[in-house]
This record gives sequence, C-alpha cells and structure tokens, in this order.
Amino acid sequence: MTMASDQAPHDTTAPPILSVRGIEKSFPGVRALTGVSFDVAKGEVHALLGENGAGKSTLIKIVSGVFPPDRGEVIVDGRPVSLTRPDDARRAGIATIYQELLLFPELTVAENIFMGHAPRKGFGRLDWRAMRDKTRALLASLEIHDLQADRVVGSLSVGNRQRVEILRALSQDARILIMDEPTAALTEYDVTRLFDIVRKLKARGVAVIYISHKLDEIFAIADRVTVLRDGAHVATRRVAETDASTLVQSMVGRKIESLFPKITVPIGAPVLEVRDLERRPLTKKVSLTVRAGEIVGLAGLVGSGRSELAQTIFGVTPAEGGEIRIAGAQVAIASPAQARALGIAYVPEDRGTQGLVRAMTVRENFSLAALGKVALGGFIDRTAERKLAGDGVKRFAVKTSSLEQVAGKLSGGNQQKIVLGKWLANQPRLLILDEPTRGIDVGAKAEIHRLMGELASQGLAILMISSELPEVLGMSDRVLVMREGRIVAEFSREAATQEAVGAAMMGSHNAEQAA
Amino acid sequence: MSTMAVTQAEADPRRFLRALASQEALLAIAVIFLAVAVGLYNPRFLATRNLSDVLLGNAYIAVAAVGMSMVIVSGNIDISVGSLIGVLATLSGTLAVNGVPIIVAWLAPLVAGILVMALQGIIIAYLRIPAIVVTLGMLSILKGGLISVTGGKWITDLPDGFHLADTELFGTVPMPVFLMIVATILAAIWMRYSAPGRAIYAVGGNAEAARLCGISQPRTVVMVFALHGLFAGIAALLYATQLRVIQSTVPPNLELTIITAAVVGGVSILGGVGTVIGSTLAAILIAEIASALVFIDVSPYWIRAVQGVLILVTVIADILRRRRMAGA
Repeated sequence: MTMASDQAPHDTTAPPILSVRGIEKSFPGVRALTGVSFDVAKGEVHALLGENGAGKSTLIKIVSGVFPPDRGEVIVDGRPVSLTRPDDARRAGIATIYQELLLFPELTVAENIFMGHAPRKGFGRLDWRAMRDKTRALLASLEIHDLQADRVVGSLSVGNRQRVEILRALSQDARILIMDEPTAALTEYDVTRLFDIVRKLKARGVAVIYISHKLDEIFAIADRVTVLRDGAHVATRRVAETDASTLVQSMVGRKIESLFPKITVPIGAPVLEVRDLERRPLTKKVSLTVRAGEIVGLAGLVGSGRSELAQTIFGVTPAEGGEIRIAGAQVAIASPAQARALGIAYVPEDRGTQGLVRAMTVRENFSLAALGKVALGGFIDRTAERKLAGDGVKRFAVKTSSLEQVAGKLSGGNQQKIVLGKWLANQPRLLILDEPTRGIDVGAKAEIHRLMGELASQGLAILMISSELPEVLGMSDRVLVMREGRIVAEFSREAATQEAVGAAMMGSHNAEQAA
Repeated sequence: MSTMAVTQAEADPRRFLRALASQEALLAIAVIFLAVAVGLYNPRFLATRNLSDVLLGNAYIAVAAVGMSMVIVSGNIDISVGSLIGVLATLSGTLAVNGVPIIVAWLAPLVAGILVMALQGIIIAYLRIPAIVVTLGMLSILKGGLISVTGGKWITDLPDGFHLADTELFGTVPMPVFLMIVATILAAIWMRYSAPGRAIYAVGGNAEAARLCGISQPRTVVMVFALHGLFAGIAALLYATQLRVIQSTVPPNLELTIITAAVVGGVSILGGVGTVIGSTLAAILIAEIASALVFIDVSPYWIRAVQGVLILVTVIADILRRRRMAGA
C-alpha cells in the first residue's frame, strides 16, 4: 500500500455541495461500512471505485435515503440532512440512477419524467400541454434531438431510457446525481453520448457521483476518485494525479490472511476440457481445462460472465457452440440432469434461491441430488437416506439439532455446507463452486476451505468462482480471469498476485504492464 | 466446531411434542373435540346415523382434496376441479343410463379426469402460463359446456348396480369412506416415501434448486395434474353414485371447499409444505362443522363464513411461521 487514507484537497474554494462524514452501517453479520467520509464539489464528477462488496452500493443507498446509517452524517450545502426515506433525498436535491432503470414501460417519456410531480391545472387536473412543453425544454437543454416526449418508454433503447431517467432527475432540480454503473448495459455509442450529457451537467454545476468498475471511463470523465475497500475509505485522489496501477493496488491491496491452508496435491488427468464454448451474450469462445486434484480459480467482476459460464457447463443454459469434454470424451450437456449423470456438481452462488429447499429437512436436502441412489423402484430407502444425510452432517460438521431439522432455520454457513454436501453425495468428478463462502462467517469459511482441499486431495477437479481475491489466490492452483464473457488472463499460483489479477479483472492495460 | 449426534434424534422427547403440534394432530384433536362438545349440547349429533352421513356425503370432497393438496404442494392451484367433477359425474351417469356396462361408466370419469387435468398440466408446465389462469379458463369451458349440452336436465332412472356409494365392504364400511381412507393413505405413503413424491415438495419448495438437482419441473407438474385428475375422477364417481339422480350442473363453490380443505389441512398456499392426511382431516372437520351448525340451531348457511375464517386463520398462521423461519 502506497497511499495514505487522507483527503486530497480539491481546488474549488466553495464548500462542498455534499459531504459524507464518518458513515457506519452494519447488517446482521456484516459490517458494510466502517466510517467512510468524502466530499463532492459543485460541478465535480466524483468516481467511487472498489471491488464487489467494498461498500459502494451501501454508501449510495444511504445517500439516496434507502436506509439510514448507523452512525455518521450526510451534509448538503453545509447543512446536515436526515435521509431516512428516498423522498428526503429527493427534497435535498439528490437523485440516483440505478443499474436497473426504474421506469414505467407503458407510459410516455413525458409521463415518466413527471411521474409524481406532474404540472397541474385547477381541480387536480393534469396539465398535459405544460408537461410536454417542459419535457421538450429539458430535451433541448441537453441537446437530445432523437427522443420525442410522446414516445412510449418501453419502445426505447437502453441508452434512451437512461436519458429519460437523467431528465427525470433534472426535472426535480437534482443538484447531486448518483449514477451506479451507468455504462454496464450501454453500447459504445451510447457511452459517448452519456459522457456528453455528464459534461453538460457538470457545466451547469450539477455534482455527479459516478460508480464504475471501468478504469478507462474514470480517467475519461471523473475529476476525483475515491477508493473503498472492505467498507472503509482507502484514498481520495485527483484523477489527473494518479494512474491505473495505483488505483488497482489500493482497491485490492488487502492482507492475505493465513485462513486458507492450501494443500499441495498431485495433479492428474484433465477432467473438464472446454473449447471455444459459446452461449451469447455472456459466454464467448471460452476455453479452459480443469484437472483431477486441481483447484482452478475463476476471478472477475460481477457481470463478467463467470456464473453464466458455470451454468452453461452445467446445462442450465446449454451451449450454442464449442465443445465440452469430460475425462477426454466429448459430451453434449443439455440439462442439469445430464450434467449430473456425467459427474458434474454445481453449487450455485445464491443458495437461498438456487441451492436449498428451505422448507425441507436437512435429511431431505442432503438426498435431493442423489434420489436415484437412495430410491429403489421409485421408493426411497429411509435407512440409506438417513445414512447418507448423517454421513454428510458428520463430514461437513453441520451444526443441526437433528436430521429432521428444517434446513431454512440453520445459519448461512450451515446451509452452504448442506448445499455443498448434497452434491458430494453423488460422488462427482468435477465440482463447480460459485462464490462458495459469500455471506458466511469466518469459522464456516475456513471449514469450507478445508473441505475443498480435502476433496481436491481425493482427486476431485474443482472450478471455483469467487469475487474475493484473497480466496482465489489462497485456494487456487491456477487462476483464470474473465472479463466481458471472455477469459482474458491465466496465472499460475506463483504468478497470481492481487495486483496482476486485479488489473486483468479491471481490464486496465496500464495496470497490466505495471504489474 | 461441534456436531451433535444425529442418529439418536428419535429418542428426543421434544419430537413427541412437536408431532403433537403438527397440523394433522391439531385437526384430529379438533374433530374429536368438536364431536364431544356438540354431542354434549345435543346428543343426537353423535348418533351413528348422523356421523356416518357426514362422512358418506363428504368423502368425495376429501378425495378431491388429496389431489388438490398435491397440486398446491407443487406450487400450483386448480380452480377448475369443481366444474370437472360436475362434468365427470354427468358423463358417468349418461353412460350408465345409455346401457353401457357399469364398469365402463365407473372407469370413464377416471380416464377423462386424468386426460383433462394432464392437458392443463401441460399448458401450465410447458407453455408456462400461470395455473390460476389456465384453470380459470377450464372452469368456464366446463361449466358453460355442461349446462349447454345437458340443458340442466337431471339424469334419472340410473341402473341398479350403478350406485357404488351404496355398497359396503365387509358389510360395515361404506364404499365412499373406504375409498377416502385408501386414497388418503396410498397418496400419503407415495408422497412421503417415493422419489416422485419428494420431487413434488422440491419443485414447490424451490423450483430452481430442484432444477439444479436434475428434477424436471414440467414433468413433475404434469404428473401432479394427471394424478389430481385421477382423484377428481374418483371424487366424481362417488358424487355421481351417492344419490338417485345426477343434477347435470356443477355443484356450487365445490372447488372452494376442496381448496379450503387442502389449505386448512396444512398445505402451504406458497407450495412445498403439506400432507394429504391433513387435507382429509380438514375435509372431515369442515363437514362436521356444517352438520354441527344444524344441531346447535345455527343456520347452515354460516358454513361458508366459517370456512372463510378457517382458511384465513390457517394461511395467516402459515405466513407468520414462514416469516419467523426466514428471520431465523
């Protein structure tokens, strides 16, 4: 770490339009923000940068009034404001444009812009003419000529919908505009137009808080950048005075704790070989190999296509092109049932919606993926099922009062162990783990890492998706990096450093060279 | 990290208490308690004749509720079943008066029930149309079709051997009660101990998790609806053969009574939870309440309101229980 976590001075003499002071926020089991402070000046584009889970979303939700902070204050124009509801933020002149746009697709551009604050005539009647005129004036002020006030929003492109949201914010006299990864779904042309609009807003004195993973965008549009890591403020820098590698380093520069006892095991023959796998839009010509006893880490940002790749291999969204080989034999996988029969196990990212049947008991969850093994002639052999579940509980050290405990009542870590254990009842050859330790406590995490090592030593091939770099670096024999649906880099265990992998994830050439 | 021994769980005394607090046990207690309480007020309620009439006249509702329970556990709903039972009963009676062998008249509603319900299951599962919409459409088709075709004429002069409901097994157990018990027990065993039965709970409890475990949701849903059709067919047969005439119309609000029995029986309206033992006990309880109202000099029309209260109380309790679980 090369940077001190002090505030870089901003050269405007005016006081900041928005000041965030010592914000703390905890959720059950997680400290999301631990005392974050930063300022935004009038007419400034201020970028927020950080890994997944660094606390950016929590921070903007607090500033947008979605939920209040536990401690700390938000100051607008020198006055502390209490933001407990989104409406409070709106009154304070703060508007937020989320990644998923919040528009009414059946209504027109003008109706969307003025939803909730439409111009009125006497007796509460809507003043349609004024609404349309104001919409045209707003469009003209940003020199948008290809958008008509009467168009139905559902028929617009993503870029135009985003413009409608921006206009909506302006129609409410927003002076602070928060944009959460605004370019995630945009085409290159739309990105250019968005930047034009952002520059016009800047010229009008609107402050923009710009959240993005894309470093080149930050260098193109932002004045200052604030880096968050693990819920803490790491640094605020003027963009002109920093470079990509410094930023990446401050984003990922986390101490690797010795939580992950990586066991070295002999690596065997390829279990999974994927060549030029295609499944649009997020799996593009992907090739990779995982060998017996090997743990391959798949790093990348959210939205880089890692989970989609896993689901394509597992047959949830079958491949459209390319080939998959299991233990050397070419296979076609059209459904999870086929993948399972081939010895592939998949522990999904979201165990709540994808992995666990909460209303079922521990016993029933354990046997769910292996019903064929414990059912004879269609009927389940209770003794075999209880043994299977009992073995799983013992092996995975699941803390449960009995096998008949309803799974939904267990802690997150124990639920994750069941989801993992359920698949191993099938004795797979290849295990795909998607964020295996997200949202579980440190003890359970270490337990799962220990199990992964043990499984690999038994010859299982493991493909692990993780957004936590220390986990990827600590557990993997090899690290693959995905970005925008492609595998963009591969590192051996020795070559995989936080900076190198982080730079590949962010797609910063500058940083790649530096690392 | 400590692990409890789990193999000795059976010896846990709390298990007994928990079993006692189950929906099934509560319903069984309610059925007995109500009989005793009303019997004390009016001993005629407990006359063998009355109690067996209550069971005889409502066994078909319990049978239909078995199928309904499967449908709701799988995460679906069916509001066409009342109309279907009306149509199938008319079909059976029409065949019987037209000289078709009795056995054919008995089996025809079963086959037709399976076909109609399987068709709905296919539309719901493969075209991914919400069950409430598909079955609402079917409800109208069946109801409207029936009244148009028959003109609401009653079917009379049914042949002697047709009245299945009159027959008794071993000279003591009336056929409808026998079928109700057998259908409930077989379905309960199948749902609890078979792999496809388990799949119903998995699909209703978490369709995504089930799919990732290699359980086909569409196939499970079609299977559930086909079975539901079979039970609706048996229910129609019992309904058609219990009186000397068949009314050729759809029994009013029958589907609501059947859904109420399933839900009051502990089947979660959100899917994934419930047993057919519960639904059968609930069907008996509802019939018992309806009969009790007469014996305590309350207008029997109150039964609808009572059903409404029962369904709301059960659903609210279920939702609160789930919230507590989600919070844990």
